[in-house]
Amino acid sequence: MTDIVGKRFWFFLASGIIILFCIISLANFGLKPGIELSSGSMLTVNFEQTVTEADLKQELASLGYTGAIVQRTGEGNFLIRTGELTGEAKTALEDALGAKFGPITEAEFYSVSPMIAAETARNAYIAIGVATVGILLYITWAFRKMPNPFRYGTCAIIALGHDALVAVGIFSVLGGTLGWEINLMFITGILAVVGYSVNNTVVVFDRIRENLSKGISTNFEVVVNTSLVETLSRSLNTSLTTLFVVLALLLFVGASIQNLAVVLIIGIVAGTFSSICIAPNLLIVWEKGEWGRLFRRRRLPAKSQ
Amino acid sequence: MTRKNRLPFIIISIIFVIAVLVVLPINKGILGQRGIRLGLDLQGGTHMVYRADLSGVEPGTEAEALNGAIAVIEKRVDVFGVTEPVIQRLGEDRIVVQLPGISETEEAKERIGRMALLEFGELIEGEGEEAKWVNERGEWKPATGVIDGEEVALTSVFFKENTYVTTDNFGRLFLIFEWDEKGSQLSEEITGRLINKPMGIFEGDSALLGDEGMPITPIVRSIITDRGQIEGLSLSEATELSRLLNAGRIPVPLTPIYEQTVSPILGSDFIRMSLQAGLIGLILVLLFMMIYYRLPGVLATGALMFYVSSVLAIFKLIPVTLTLAGIGGFVLSIGMAVDANILIFERMKEELRLGRTLGAAIDTGFSRAWPAIRDSNITTFIVCGILYLLGSRVIASAPVMGFAVTLAIGVAVSMFTAVVVTRTFLFVLAGTRLGQKTSLFRVYSGKGND
Repeated sequence: MTDIVGKRFWFFLASGIIILFCIISLANFGLKPGIELSSGSMLTVNFEQTVTEADLKQELASLGYTGAIVQRTGEGNFLIRTGELTGEAKTALEDALGAKFGPITEAEFYSVSPMIAAETARNAYIAIGVATVGILLYITWAFRKMPNPFRYGTCAIIALGHDALVAVGIFSVLGGTLGWEINLMFITGILAVVGYSVNNTVVVFDRIRENLSKGISTNFEVVVNTSLVETLSRSLNTSLTTLFVVLALLLFVGASIQNLAVVLIIGIVAGTFSSICIAPNLLIVWEKGEWGRLFRRRRLPAKSQ
Repeated sequence: MTRKNRLPFIIISIIFVIAVLVVLPINKGILGQRGIRLGLDLQGGTHMVYRADLSGVEPGTEAEALNGAIAVIEKRVDVFGVTEPVIQRLGEDRIVVQLPGISETEEAKERIGRMALLEFGELIEGEGEEAKWVNERGEWKPATGVIDGEEVALTSVFFKENTYVTTDNFGRLFLIFEWDEKGSQLSEEITGRLINKPMGIFEGDSALLGDEGMPITPIVRSIITDRGQIEGLSLSEATELSRLLNAGRIPVPLTPIYEQTVSPILGSDFIRMSLQAGLIGLILVLLFMMIYYRLPGVLATGALMFYVSSVLAIFKLIPVTLTLAGIGGFVLSIGMAVDANILIFERMKEELRLGRTLGAAIDTGFSRAWPAIRDSNITTFIVCGILYLLGSRVIASAPVMGFAVTLAIGVAVSMFTAVVVTRTFLFVLAGTRLGQKTSLFRVYSGKGND
C-alpha cells in the first residue's frame, strides 16, 4: 500500500517552502487592490481608429490625468483607470479623447467612492473570518463523536489557511509582475476555495472516522494512511473534473472572470494537496504528540514499509 | 428493469422532460414564462448606488424620507420603459437602482438623482442682506411670503402635479404649472410685491437656464394666484422638467457613490463566451467520466444531463438573475456535481472488489458514501451563505450574490441527482444483462488497489 503518511515531514517541508515564498512575495509586493477595494473609476472604451497605448497615455496626461493607468485589452479596446470621475468629468474626458482620436464608444464604466471601497474591504475580511469560524464549528460538530473533535476542525482550518495563503501569495506575485489587481471576484474566489478545500478534507476525515469505528488498526497512522489511499482516486478525480470546468471558464470567458478562475485553479490544486498531504498528517502529528519532533529535530524519517 | 425501480425511473424521466421543456428555448418563454433572467453584466445596463443625505430630515422619519425618495425614483424610471428595474433600499441611507438595458447613464443619472426643486428668488435691493444666488442678473435671495405667521419660501413644493408643456401661436414654449392652496396664497403676496420687477427661478445652486443658456428671469406683470408659466426653456428641458415635477419631489439630496455600466454589446459577448465555456467544460467532464468509470461513467453522463437541465429549469422558475459570475458558479458546480457520483462509484468499486453482487455493491456504496457527500457539501453551503450576505451588503453586488446562489443551487441539485437519479439508473442497469459484465465497471484498475 502506498505510504503517504510516512512522508509527512517532506510534505510539511514542501508546504513550508511554498508558504515562505508566498509570505516573502506578500511582504515584497503586497496585493494591488482594484477600484472596488480602493475607490476610483474605470472606463473601458473602444476606438475605431488605431490608437497606441503610449499616445493615449500622453493625451490623458495632457488632459490632467497624470496618474491614469492605461491597459490595452483588445483590438482598439482600452481600459483607463483614474481617480473617481464625476459624470461631467467623464463626459468631458470622452469628448476630449473623441476629438483627438476619432469616434469612441464606451463599453463599460465603473465608479466606486472611497466610502464604498472601505466598506467592501472591511466586509470581505469579516466574511472570510466568519466563514473560517463557521467551518471550524461545523467540523468540530460533525466529528463530535470522535475523541478530540476540535483537532479535526483545527487541522481542516490549517489546511484551508494554507490554501488561501498560497492563492493570496501567488496573486501578489501576479500583481507584482503582471499588475493583476484584486477585486470582489478575487474575494469570492477565495471564499469558494475555503469551501472547496474543506470539502476535500472532510471526505478524507470522514473515511478516517469510518475506519476508526471499524477498528481496522490500533495504530492511528495506519488508519489514516488506509483512509488516504482509499479516498485518493476520488480526491484526484473530483479535482480533475473541477479543474476542467474552471480551465474552460478561464480560456473561453477570459478577462472579466480571470480573477475568479485563477484563484479557483490555485485553490483546487493547493486544496487537493493540503487535503491529502497536510490536514491528515497534521492530525497524526497532533494525535501522536510529535510537535516537538516537528520543530526541534528536522531529522526526516527514512521510513519504509 | 425490476418492478421496484420502475416507478422512480418513470418519475425521473417525467421530471427530466418537464425540466427540458421549461428550459427550452433558453431566451424565450413558453406558457407565459420569461426567458432566463440575465444580470446587468450580460444584457447591458446600469447599477447605481446612491447615498441619501438624511442630515436635514427630522429624526425618526429617515425611513419615510428614504421610501419617499424610492417611490419618486420608481415613477421617474417608469419613463424609461425599462423592463424589470430594481429600486431598493440598502442599509440605513442607501438606494440601489438597477436599470437593465440602459447604458446611456448620463441621462439616467441626471433624471434619477435630480432633486427637481425649483426655488423662486427676488433681487436684493437693500444693504446687508445675504445673497443665496449670484449671477449676471444680480444678487438674489429666496422670495418669501408669510403663511400662518411663518415666513415661507416660494418653491415648486407648492406645484400641483399636473404641469405640462405647450406652445402659443408664435411658437413660444411654456411650462405651465398650477399652485396648490398654500402656493397661491404665497404667490399672490409675492407677485403683488414684485410687480414690474424680475423674479429668478433656481434649481439647486444655479439658475434655471433657458434655450440660449441665459438664466430665466421673468418680469412680473400681474398678480399670479392660481397658475403660472415658465417661458424660454428648450423643448427637451421643459418636457423633462415637467415629467420630474409631476413625478414628485425627492425629499432628500442623493449622491451617487457607486456606478457600473456595461454596454449591451459587451454583454452579448459574455453570454456567447460563457455558454461555450460551460459546454466545453461539460463535455470534458463527461468524457473523463466515461473513460475512467466506463459503464457507470455513461450513467453519470445521463445523470449530469438531468442535472444541467433541472438546474437551468430552477434558474428559470425562481427566477435567478444570471450574471457572469453566476454562470461561473454554475459551471463550477458542474465540476463539483460529479463529485457525489465519483464518491459513490469509488465506494461501489471497493464493494465489488470485496466480491459483492452488483445490487449489494450499489446499496452499500450509496449508504457508505452518503455521510461524506452530506458533510462535505454542508461546508460549501456555509460558504455560499456567507458569500450571499457579503454580496448583499454595501452595494448589493449582483455578481457575488449570483455566484453564491448558483453554486448553492448547483450543489443541492447535485446531491439529489447523485443519490436519486444515479442510483436508480444503476439499479435499472443491474437488472439488465450489461450489468453482469464486471469489466464494464473497471473494478480492477485505477489507483487504490493493492
